[in-house]
Amino acid sequence: MAAIISNIEAQAPMAKEPGWLGRAGRVMGLVFFTPLGGIGCSLVVAIVLIALFAPAIAPYNPAAISVKERLADPSLAHLLGTDQLGRDLLSRVIMGTRTAMTVALTALSLALVAALPLGLIAGYGPRWLDAVLILVFDSLSSIPMIMLGLAIVALVGPGVSTVIFVIVLYCIPSYARLVRTQTLSLKSRDFIKAEQAMNASTPRILFRHLLPNVIGPLLILACLDISTVITLEAGLSFLGLGVKPQIPSWGNILSDGFAVIRTTPLPVIAGGLPLILATIGFTFFGEAMRDALDPKLSRERH
Amino acid sequence: MMFFLLRRTALAVVILLVVALLLFAMMHLIPGDPTVVALGPRSTPEMREAFRQMMGLDRPMIEQLGLFLGRLAQGDLGQDVWSRRPVLTMILEVFPYTATLALASFAWAIALGILLGCLAVVFHGKWADWLIGLVSVGFVAVPSFVVALYSLLIFAVSLNWLPAIGAGEPGDLLGQFRALILPSFAIGLGWVGYVSRLVRAAMIEAMGEDYVRTLRSFGVAENRIIYRYALKQALLAVLSVIAIGFGGLLTGSVFAEIVFTRPGLGKMTYDAVMSRNFPLVMGTVLFTAGLYVTCMIIADAVTAWLDPRVRSAL
Amino acid sequence: MSAATGAATSISADAVSPVLEMKGLSVCYSGLVPAVAGVDFKVNPGEVVGVIGESGSGKSTLAHAVLGLLPKSANVTGERFVLDGHDMLTAGRDDYAALRGPAAAMVFQNPMTAFSPLHTLGRQLTDLLWRDRHQSAAEKRERIIAVLSQVGLPDPASKLDAYPFQFSGGMLQRVAIAAALLMRPSLLIADEPTTALDVTMEAQILHLMRELRKTSGVAILMISHHLGVIAEICDRVAVMYAGRVVEEGTVREIFANPRHPYTRALFACEPALIESGVSRLPVILGEVPRPGGCGCSFAGRCSLVEERCHCDSPPWVGVADRAEPHFSRCHRSAP
Repeated sequence: MAAIISNIEAQAPMAKEPGWLGRAGRVMGLVFFTPLGGIGCSLVVAIVLIALFAPAIAPYNPAAISVKERLADPSLAHLLGTDQLGRDLLSRVIMGTRTAMTVALTALSLALVAALPLGLIAGYGPRWLDAVLILVFDSLSSIPMIMLGLAIVALVGPGVSTVIFVIVLYCIPSYARLVRTQTLSLKSRDFIKAEQAMNASTPRILFRHLLPNVIGPLLILACLDISTVITLEAGLSFLGLGVKPQIPSWGNILSDGFAVIRTTPLPVIAGGLPLILATIGFTFFGEAMRDALDPKLSRERH
Repeated sequence: MMFFLLRRTALAVVILLVVALLLFAMMHLIPGDPTVVALGPRSTPEMREAFRQMMGLDRPMIEQLGLFLGRLAQGDLGQDVWSRRPVLTMILEVFPYTATLALASFAWAIALGILLGCLAVVFHGKWADWLIGLVSVGFVAVPSFVVALYSLLIFAVSLNWLPAIGAGEPGDLLGQFRALILPSFAIGLGWVGYVSRLVRAAMIEAMGEDYVRTLRSFGVAENRIIYRYALKQALLAVLSVIAIGFGGLLTGSVFAEIVFTRPGLGKMTYDAVMSRNFPLVMGTVLFTAGLYVTCMIIADAVTAWLDPRVRSAL
Repeated sequence: MSAATGAATSISADAVSPVLEMKGLSVCYSGLVPAVAGVDFKVNPGEVVGVIGESGSGKSTLAHAVLGLLPKSANVTGERFVLDGHDMLTAGRDDYAALRGPAAAMVFQNPMTAFSPLHTLGRQLTDLLWRDRHQSAAEKRERIIAVLSQVGLPDPASKLDAYPFQFSGGMLQRVAIAAALLMRPSLLIADEPTTALDVTMEAQILHLMRELRKTSGVAILMISHHLGVIAEICDRVAVMYAGRVVEEGTVREIFANPRHPYTRALFACEPALIESGVSRLPVILGEVPRPGGCGCSFAGRCSLVEERCHCDSPPWVGVADRAEPHFSRCHRSAP
C-alpha cells in the first residue's frame, strides 16, 4: 500500500528551470557571500580593473630604460624600485596584469570555440569519429603540459601566439570531453528524443538544445582554469619561452629578478606576489562559483 | 588480472603511438624548412644537411614515418644533435635525479595531505575544517615555480640554510638530502592541498555510507570508523587521481630543476629547447608520455589489488 | 502529550520493567518540523512489537531515536525515554555509544550496503566486539562462528575471510542479524529488514527471527510498512500516522477488528488481502500531512471525517468489549 501511495507522489511535475540570466544573477549573489567567493571576487574585480586601466594607473612607461637608476631601492619615485635596466617595477607589474589577462582570456576563448564543435561532434556524431577524437584527447593529455609547451616552443619559437597555442592545445581535451559527456547525457533525454522524432534538423537540435545546456558547465570549467592558464603563461615567460622579454609580464619580471636574486630580492617578490594573488583570486572565485552552480562537476584534470 | 593488465597495456601502447604520430605531424606540418625550424636560423648548411640525413628528411613522408616508428619500436629515440649520443641513454642518465625528486615530493606531500584531510574530517564543520580547506585551496592555487623562487630566496639566499644549486655530490647522502628539501617542498606544496581536499571529500562521502551507520549502531568509536574504514575507502579514491596528477608533478619538477639548477629530465629538456636540440626534446616528450601511461597502469593495478570487488572481477 | 487521556496508557501488565519505554516522545528536525509528535510506546522483555505506517509516518525516526542515530539537527524531547534501565533523555554521546549493542542492536533495511565493501566480514564482526578487550582473537573468532551458525549460515568459519559482495542479500541479512546477536542485546530493532529482499528470502529471514525469539528470548521491535511481515511474527502492533501512534493492540485483535479509519485503509490497500477480481486498486488519496497541528491528523484523507475531526484532537481510548487490549485514537471509536 505504501508503494501505491508513493508512486502517486513520485509523479509530481518537475520544476521548470528558471532562465539562464536570472539564475546567473542569483548565483553571483551566492558566490559573493561565501568566504571563499568573497575573497575571490574582490581579488578578481581588482585584477580586472587594474588590467583594464593599466596604462592610466602605471606611473611610468614600463619599457622605459634608465641606466642611471638600475636596481634602485623602493622610493617615492619608484614604489617598488627598479630592475636591472632601470625600468619601474610597479609599472611593469601593472602592465603585466594586462598581459596576463589578455593572454588568458584570448587563449581560453579560443579553446572554448575550438572545443565546443569537437565535443559536439564526438558526442552527437558517428561512433568511430567519437573513438578517434577520444583517443587523440587521451594522447594529448598524456603529455605533461609543460613538456607539450617546451616541444611546441622548440618547433615554432617563443612568442605570445605560441603561448596561446600551447594553452589552447592543453585546454581542448578536457573541455571537449566535458561537452561530449554533456551531449551524450542530453542526447538520451526525452526532449531531444522528441525533437528527433519530429524530424528536427541536426543543427537545430545542436544549437537550440544542446548548446545552451552545455555552455554553463563549460564556463565553470574555464573559470576554474583561469589561474592554471595564468600560471602557464607566467611559467613559460619565466623560462624565456613565452612573451617577448621587452613586453611586461609577471613571468618576465620573475625571470629578470631570478638573474639578480643574489643582489636584490625585490624584483622576484614584486613579480611573484601579483601572480600568487591572481591565481588565488581566480581559484577561490572559480571554486565558489562551482560550489554555487554545480557541486558535482568534478575537475577532470590535473 | 592478466587480461586486464594486457588490455591496459595495449591501450597505453596505442596512446603512445598516437603521441608519436602527433609529434611527427607537428614537425612536418610546421611551415618552412624543418631543419631551420629544428636547428635555428644560425645553423650552418652542413649542420642542416647532416640533420636532414639523420632524420631521413630527404625521403618520402610515408617512408620517414615508417622509419620513425620502426626506430621507436626498437627503443631508439634518435640521436642528440650536438653530441651524437643516443637520446634514450641521455634520458636514462638524468632520469634518476628527477625520479628521486618526484618521489620525495610525493612522499611528504601525500603524507601531510592525508593527515590534513583526516583532521578536516575529524573537525568537520568546525573552524579547523574551514581553515584547512582555505589553506588547501591556497596551496593548490599558488604556482610551484613561485614557491620555488620564494623558498630559494628565503632559505638559500637570505638565510643560507640550504643549498641553492645542484643535487649534492655523489656519495654525500646528507648533501643530497639537503639539496632535495627545497625543490621537493616547492613541488609538493600544491599536492598537499590537492590530496587533503581529495581525502576530505572522499572520507566525507565514505562517512555517509550505510556501513558507517551500521558500525555506529554498534557503538564502534568514531575514530576507529574514520581511520580503519573511511580512510581505506578514501585512499582508493586518492590513488586513482594521483596517477593522473603525475603530469603536474613533472611540470613542477621542470621548474624546480631550473630554479635550483638541478640535473634532471626537466632541466635537460629546457636546455635542449634553448640549444635547439630537437631530437632530444622529442625524446623526452615521448619518454614522459610513456611514464604517464605506465603510472596509470600501475595505479589501476594497485587499485584492483586493494579493492576486493575489482580484484575478484578480474 | 495532551491528548493522551483514557483509561490506561500501558497495555500489558507491568510485572517486569519494559526494555524500552517512551512517554510523550517527540523528535523535531532543525527545531521546526516534528517527525515524531508525542509517542507513548513500550516493549516488554521477550516481546515482539511491530510498528507499521507508510513512508513519512515517523516509524524509522522512532527506531533511529532509540539508538541515538538521528542526524545532529534532530532534537529529541519527552517525558520519559528509558532503554534497558537507562534514561536516554539525559544520555550524552558516550552513554549512547556504550548502550549501542549491549542494550539495543539494529538490523537495517539494505543488507548489501550495511557492510564495508573493502573489509572481510570477519574483520568487521571482530571490530564490533571492541568492548571485549580481554578476549583473545581466537575466542572472538569462536564467538562469531557460533553466532553465524546460529543464524543458519552454512560453513561459517570459511565465510570470515569473504567480502560482502560475495554474498547474496539474504545471506548478508543473516550476517547482520548475527552481528546484532553477537552483542547479546536486550532489544533487537529491525528497520524494514526484509524490504530489500525477494519474497523467498523474506520468508527465511522472518522464520529466522521467529526462531531467535524462541531460543534467545530477545525482545524485537519490528519496523515495517508491510502488513504481512507484522502479522507473521509480532505479538503486538502499533500503527503510526503523521508522527503519532493512532492505533495499538495485539496483532490478532487489530487484524481482526481494526477501528481507526487509517488502519482500515491500510488493510484495504494490502495487495495480499485484496480479493481477486477487484477492478481498481484501492488507494488512500492525498498525502501524509506534516505532524502537529490541531485536530486529527488523518482528517484530510479520512472518508468518515466529521466536523469535530478538524478542530479537536481525538482521545486515546481503549476499545470497549474486547478480550485483548486494543486502543485507538479516533473520535468515532471513542464512546
